[in-house]
This record gives sequence, structure tokens and C-alpha cells, in this order.
Amino acid sequence: MVRLSPPIKWAVRLVVIGYVFLLVGWPLITLVQKAFAGGLDNFQAAFSDPDVTHALLVTIEISIWAVIINTVFGVTMAVLLVRHEFPGRRAVSALIDLPMSVSPVVIGLALLLVYSGRYGWFGPTLEAHGIVVIFNSPGMIMATCFVALPLVVREVVPVLEEVGDDQEQAARSLGANAIQVLRRITMPAIKWAVVYGVVLSLARSLGEFGALKIVSGNLTGLTQTAPLVVEQKYNNFAQGEAYAVSFILVAISVLCILVVSLLRPKESHS
Amino acid sequence: MSIEIRDVNKRFGDFVALEDINVSLPTGQLTALLGPSGGGKSTLLRIIAGLERADAGTVRIEGVDATRMSPQRRNVGFVFQHYAVFKHMTVAKNVAFGLEIRRRSKAEVRERVDELLKLVHLSQFADRLPSQLSGGQRQRMALARALAVQPKVLLLDEPFGALDAKVRKELREWLRRLHDEMPVTTVFVTHDQEEAMEVADEIVVINDGRIEQVGAPDTLYDAPANDFVMGFLGEVTQLGDVRLRPHDIEISRAPDLAGSVSADVLRLTRVGFEVRLVAGTEDGREVSVVTTRAHARSLDLGEGDPVWLTPSTGATTVPALTPLLVG
Repeated sequence: MVRLSPPIKWAVRLVVIGYVFLLVGWPLITLVQKAFAGGLDNFQAAFSDPDVTHALLVTIEISIWAVIINTVFGVTMAVLLVRHEFPGRRAVSALIDLPMSVSPVVIGLALLLVYSGRYGWFGPTLEAHGIVVIFNSPGMIMATCFVALPLVVREVVPVLEEVGDDQEQAARSLGANAIQVLRRITMPAIKWAVVYGVVLSLARSLGEFGALKIVSGNLTGLTQTAPLVVEQKYNNFAQGEAYAVSFILVAISVLCILVVSLLRPKESHS
Repeated sequence: MSIEIRDVNKRFGDFVALEDINVSLPTGQLTALLGPSGGGKSTLLRIIAGLERADAGTVRIEGVDATRMSPQRRNVGFVFQHYAVFKHMTVAKNVAFGLEIRRRSKAEVRERVDELLKLVHLSQFADRLPSQLSGGQRQRMALARALAVQPKVLLLDEPFGALDAKVRKELREWLRRLHDEMPVTTVFVTHDQEEAMEVADEIVVINDGRIEQVGAPDTLYDAPANDFVMGFLGEVTQLGDVRLRPHDIEISRAPDLAGSVSADVLRLTRVGFEVRLVAGTEDGREVSVVTTRAHARSLDLGEGDPVWLTPSTGATTVPALTPLLVG
């Protein structure tokens, strides 16, 4: 710990609190104020529009699928990266971080190039077999999975590294097969990391905008998601409804984080 | 013979961990794999357990070729240096793990766990988590867990290495007693020669990926095959043309014994009941000598005194071929 004299300590605290307040706190407070400006009017207006409720349902559906897929693959990839040596391991590890640094719009465009039914190089084949990816749920789930890809892996990898493989080896020498080791030893050890990864993925999936705008085609009442509805309402001078939907999205994310921090055991097991 | 190892080789990249290892470990005995760190003894143990695979050679356990068998099918108990406890399970659940994997009935599991916890004196801790136990208790729990599945062989990798000196001494005496009560073929790795000498029926000395000598503790101590074994099993010093143990040198104040070498006491340290001294001979060498406190007092030894040093009768000696640094 760096020891600071009291005045400097207070100054540093003020700067940090001020920074967070100006960047996150104030805008969010204003948003909440605007959402509830006319009591529940904005919410009533929003929910009376079937396109809004549909968009919220689409967002939830896409997010749940993306989180499930992302969790299964995330845990598998984390185990592979930490416990196994294979050619190209470092390349895979680097690729997993890519969605963090690439704009979601670019990701959307890239998916379009491959899976579009009209000019994608893989899309027409799929459509010939009755699978429509672009402007449809599969493409939207793929885009969401892509942007949320690192969130589970990056939560689980450090925990797996810290736990080490002693317990797994002990379990194997006691007669456990690979699945039993995973279920009885590895999963309980990484449980909380997975929960965090899921929550972060969920929050990220609910809020995804750029990639989904391109891949979904933004078809009102069909493939439009909640963040897209926020943009549309805002542009169509229905700001009140835009604020109301925004508040719902924020509230779900905050709720997720709150529930996890309440569920989490107080002392992290040594 | 319970474990037969034939022509085993193992490399990690360019590093040769084991080279042409051939050894047979007898049934029902307590064997120590002894050697310096990085000498390959843990690798050999892990190859026996199936946690590591040999590049070449075969491993037979109780007559069955286990070379390509996965660890879960070998039926060996393995105890790790850092316990490898299942942190999220209670002590009883840890011990029950192997039995539950084998789908034994609930009643049988409970009975066997009770029995084992009694054996390792942890009955009152059955419902605690491992994090609430001391290091020694965790290792006893790990041992009970390994014994629960009635393994054909029990393998321990530096089992007491992470414990403090007092607990270590208690546990190794306890392991010896346990083995006498329940003679499972046991192999343990250690770099502590005292531990090996005290606990094992037989010692395999491993250095630089090769076996230096195999034998009973007394045989190794009294008739070391080479310089390395002699040096590793105890302190060695050089007197004249021979190398011998410091306590095998007799000190007198007059040259009344044949073949005695004159020297001056340079340093004198008392450690408990023994006195360790370093004497300088006329050819400029330093010789370590260990004697009892009573003997040192009867000679009235002090720093700077002239003494005469003689190898005692029956001392283990090897000819000095290379100059030796006093250890």
C-alpha cells in the first residue's frame, strides 16, 4: 500500500468519485429521471406498442440462447486452453480476445459476408437446406455469441490456472473418468467464475446493438431487438418510450449483478 | 514382486528425466525413492501411477502390464505433496470419493469411511471442510482417501515435504506404524535421507535419472556403492587418502594410534548432545569430525588445540579419488 497524506488521500478520492459520477452516475440518473418523468406514462406507452414488447422478448430469447452456447463453449475452451497442449493454442487464445477489440458493426458485416443467403459464400448452401441465418434468429444468436465470446473464457481461465490440476489428478487416480472429474471436481472449483461469466455475457448480450443491427435487418415486429427499438423510438421523437425501454435494459443488468453479489459466499475459499 | 519396472526412459524436451530404469519393488514393503531434487524420482512415481507416460519401457503392477493403462484403471493410491484435497467436499466426502465412483452402496461407503477416519484419527473432523484442518491433518485425510479404494500399491510423492519439522517427524513414525498394521505395498518419494532411513524397508537411490543403488537402509549406509550414495546418505569428510563419515573419526591428544594424522582444531561447535569440529591437517585440508559432548569434554578440546585423528575400527571408508569440499 502506498501511504498518502490525508489531504492527498481526500483529493484522490474526490477525483475518482467525480470521474465515475460524471461518466456513469449522472447520465444514468438523468436517464432514470426522464424515464419516470410522467410517472409510469412512458412505460404504459411503450408496453402498449406490440413492437416494443416483441423486441424485448426477442432480446431475451436471443440473449438466453447466446448465453447458453457461450457458457458451454467458454468452459470447454477454457479447459482446453489451460489443461491441454495443442498446436495453435496461443493463436486460439489470441483470437478469443478479438471481439473485445473489433467493432461489433464489423463483426456483423463479416457474418453477413459468409452467411447471407444472396451473396454470402456459405449462406446460399444453407438456405438451399432451409436454414436462414441472416435476418433471422440463428445469425442474431451467432453475432451475440461472437461479441460475448471472451467473457466466460476470461473469467474461467485464471481460476483454472490457480486451482491447478492436482485435484483432477487425485480424482483420476481414485478411479474417476473424464466426465466424472469434470462434474465432481472441475465444475465445483470454477462454479463462481462461470456464474460471473454468465452474468457478464448476459449483460453484454442484452445490450448488443451494432452487430445485431446489421445481421437482424432491424425488421420491426420480427427481428428488432430492444436496443434497436430504443434507437428507433428516439429517432422517431418518442423519447419517453426510448427512455423507458433503456431503463428496463439497465435494470435487468443491475439486477443480475446484484443477485450474484448477494449469492456469492462472503469469504472466497482458500 | 509387486512393481516391475523395465528399461523405462523419459525425457521432457532435451532434459533426460529417467534413463534405462530397471527396478523391482517387492510386495508388502515400504520402499523409498531417495535422491536430490530434479533427479527423476517423482517422475518415476508418476509413471508408476499413470499420471505420466514413459517414452519407452514397461511397468507391471502385480503381474499385470500397466504401461498403457490409464490412471483410473490401475488401482493405485496416490498421495500428493500438497495434499490435493477436494476443497469443496467435507473430510468424509473426500474419503468417500473413490468408493462413490465405484458405486458402492451407501451403507458400505459410510462404514468404510468411518473405519478409515478412525485409522487416521480424524473421526471428529468428518463434517469439516479441508480448509479447517492443519497441514498434517489434511495429509492424513489424503492418505485415508487413497487407502479407501484398497489400492494394490500406495504411492506418496514427498508426502511430508510441505509440513514443518515436528509434524513431519510425527507423521513418518505414524506412517511406519500404519504400514506395519496394514501392509500395503508402499512407495514414497523423498529427498530427506533421514526420513528414508527411518521409515523404509528398502531404499532406491536415484540421481540424474539413474538408479545409483538399491538396498536396505543399513546396507546403503554401511556399504555404499559409490561416492554419491555415501555422500547423500550422510555427511562425508576426507582424512588422508580415505573418505569417511565424520563420526567415524577418533580424536586423541597424543599420537598413540597407528596411522593417525596430526591436525589443529580450527572451529568447534556444539549442537545439542554432539560436538562438531573442523580440524586443519598439515597438508592444508580441513577435516570434519563429530564426537559426543562427553568425549570432547574429557579431552578438554578447545579451538587451536593440537589433536591426532584416526579412522575408527570398522568405519565405512571409500578411497578418495577426487578432492572433496568439506560438507
